[in-house]
Amino acid sequence: MRKFAARAYIWVLLILMYAPLVFIAIFSFTESRVLGSWDGFSTKLYQNLLTGNMQGNASLLSAVQNTLIIALIAALVSMMLGTIAAIGIHNLKGRKKQAITFLNNVPMINPDIITGVSLFLLFVFLGISQGYLTVILAHITFCTPYVVLSVMPKLQRMDSNIYEAALDLGATPAQAFWKVLVPELKPGMISGFILAFTMSLDDFAVTFFTRGTIGLDTLSTYIYADARKGGLTPELRPLMTLIFLVVLILLLVINIRQARIAKKNYIKQKLYKY
Amino acid sequence: MTDTIIDIKHLSKSFGDKQVLNDINLYIRRGEFVTLLGPSGCGKTTLLRMIAGFLQPTEGSILMDGKELAGIPPHQRPLNTVFQRYALFPHLDVYDNVAFGLKLKKLPKEEIDKKVRRVLKLVAMSDYEDRDVETLSGGQQQRIAIARAIVNQPKVLLLDEPLAALDLKMRKDMQTELKEMHKKLGITFVYVTHDQEEALTLSDTIVVINQGKIQQIGTPTDIYNEPVNSFVADFIGESNILNGTMLQDRRVSFIGHDFDCVDEGFGENVPVDVVVRPEDIYFTKDPAKTQFTAVVKSCVFKGVHYEMFVDTDTGNELMIQDYDPYGVGETVQLYIDPDDIQVMKKERVCNTLEGVWNGDYIDFEKPEFSLPTEGLKHDFPKGTKVKVEIPFSSVDLLDDIDGGLTNGEVHFILYKGDHYHLTIRTEDRGYFWVDTQDIWDKGDLVGINIKNKGLKIQPIEDEKA
Repeated sequence: MRKFAARAYIWVLLILMYAPLVFIAIFSFTESRVLGSWDGFSTKLYQNLLTGNMQGNASLLSAVQNTLIIALIAALVSMMLGTIAAIGIHNLKGRKKQAITFLNNVPMINPDIITGVSLFLLFVFLGISQGYLTVILAHITFCTPYVVLSVMPKLQRMDSNIYEAALDLGATPAQAFWKVLVPELKPGMISGFILAFTMSLDDFAVTFFTRGTIGLDTLSTYIYADARKGGLTPELRPLMTLIFLVVLILLLVINIRQARIAKKNYIKQKLYKY
Repeated sequence: MTDTIIDIKHLSKSFGDKQVLNDINLYIRRGEFVTLLGPSGCGKTTLLRMIAGFLQPTEGSILMDGKELAGIPPHQRPLNTVFQRYALFPHLDVYDNVAFGLKLKKLPKEEIDKKVRRVLKLVAMSDYEDRDVETLSGGQQQRIAIARAIVNQPKVLLLDEPLAALDLKMRKDMQTELKEMHKKLGITFVYVTHDQEEALTLSDTIVVINQGKIQQIGTPTDIYNEPVNSFVADFIGESNILNGTMLQDRRVSFIGHDFDCVDEGFGENVPVDVVVRPEDIYFTKDPAKTQFTAVVKSCVFKGVHYEMFVDTDTGNELMIQDYDPYGVGETVQLYIDPDDIQVMKKERVCNTLEGVWNGDYIDFEKPEFSLPTEGLKHDFPKGTKVKVEIPFSSVDLLDDIDGGLTNGEVHFILYKGDHYHLTIRTEDRGYFWVDTQDIWDKGDLVGINIKNKGLKIQPIEDEKA
């Protein structure tokens, strides 16, 4: 009985968590404009989405494009900035290190809305006209701490002498960085990149306050505006489903990779204990 | 080509206000196996890292083949390092680890191939080319680290405690191999270790370092047989270190007896440290030979010899090693050959501090503390600079670290037969030396008090005034 209750609890939880996603996925295969009514199975919405031949607003596709470009640039730049910052922080000592690590963590806990409004004020104060550039800058700002956080553990676990070993063997500092440090930190950098990419992808508050008035829309601001105009564009349903699938696959890839590395380490330890 | 490959002159290194190395002067001959030996924190690794170029000297210079090394970045120095925890590149396989330096030099592929194979053969790792370095055992990783360094044919190979992470048996095997490799390659080895046995086994020359200063430079036999001070005597091998008095040339008194020795030139009735190795105290049945008697307190078999502790007729404890065991409680007759008594000048006979007389207190700068003047039989005008001599026995150590005038850490312990001689290091790197009967452990934090007994206070004359 107890076992049954425990199982039921888990299932109820999972259903509650995934029902909305399943719901939207199911209704992406019907043409109905109104969410919730079933007009028979159809892949029309998917066709529309992929061909760009929309029933509703055609700017959905440009919003998707904006979102991807911004996320890509923001994730790339914050991956580089964050990695360099992590190396710098790692080489600090004692109280300084603690202080900087703390300063790095604050923006992550800070509510998005505050980050957004303060960036908005900053851009206004500096007189930077808001648009693509400010959104990207803003995204880089809130993504970088996550990269720092995912690269730091790699640095801590790395043999601190390997950079010096490379120098010792005749590598210039730049060569030592590219040939030894980067390959060592790569897993951390990649997970930092993915984290930054997804953070940027689903951001609403910061984008909303930093996009200016030029009509720049990302997916989140598009949906927000669309919903206020009354009724969601039906093509959003297949889009959501696709995005969910992509994220799911990404997550699976990361997890499988980690499991493989863990298994490899486990075997190594078992075989070569000394 | 001169015989000297590395010449270190007046080298000092400080981190902030902590001086780690103090006026190091040392030259290393071409092809030599030199070991920098000392306890952890003595500065030996700092010295090695300055030779490699990872640290810049605060003062002084390092010359290699007559050329100043300061300012030359590590990747341009013609030397290579074997690091303590190997520091292999985990993302490269064995072959690429070893080929790393050669590939940077853009050598032709066939040449790289030839060199890598040759050096892998030298370290007996020929079949491991494609292996992931993390799947290798500690000893194998160490061989790859050595191969990776020597494949570049450096003029000098620096080794930073390369065997410290290996188990005992593996360490012994690698010692032999290193020694052979050194002979075969003819490269100068500079080897850092805290293991005195390893240093004695491997080296042509040993440099003993303590507290940032070179204590002694010499061959293993020199250092073992003729240590220059009690630190070296205690650090290298087992020894009995005792307080003594040089009565006259070739005559020394310790443990309450007078002995003939071979040392001269100390003067008459001068306090000295005496070192007698435990294997140099002999048992005898011949009353004519007997110099003193003792009672055996313990006897332990150590494989080749027995290690015994005896209490002498004058109440000193000595360690003796002999092939034959003697029963506990047995009274034995002992003698020491004049040749085996090593007499050393005392580095100090009391704590000497300089401070300022401020009426109620004498303020000292290093170590920083204030000594109340109440009860001292002196009086000086305020602001007088004074020299204070505090006998070792007038320094009290307390369990309560805040219970004394200042506090410190037990840094070094020397057993002198009937008491312990401790070096206490304060937080600001000042030192107190203390004689005590109490047992303390290295690293203990202690409060320090000064007893008003036998203190000598003199004003310091300003020489120029």
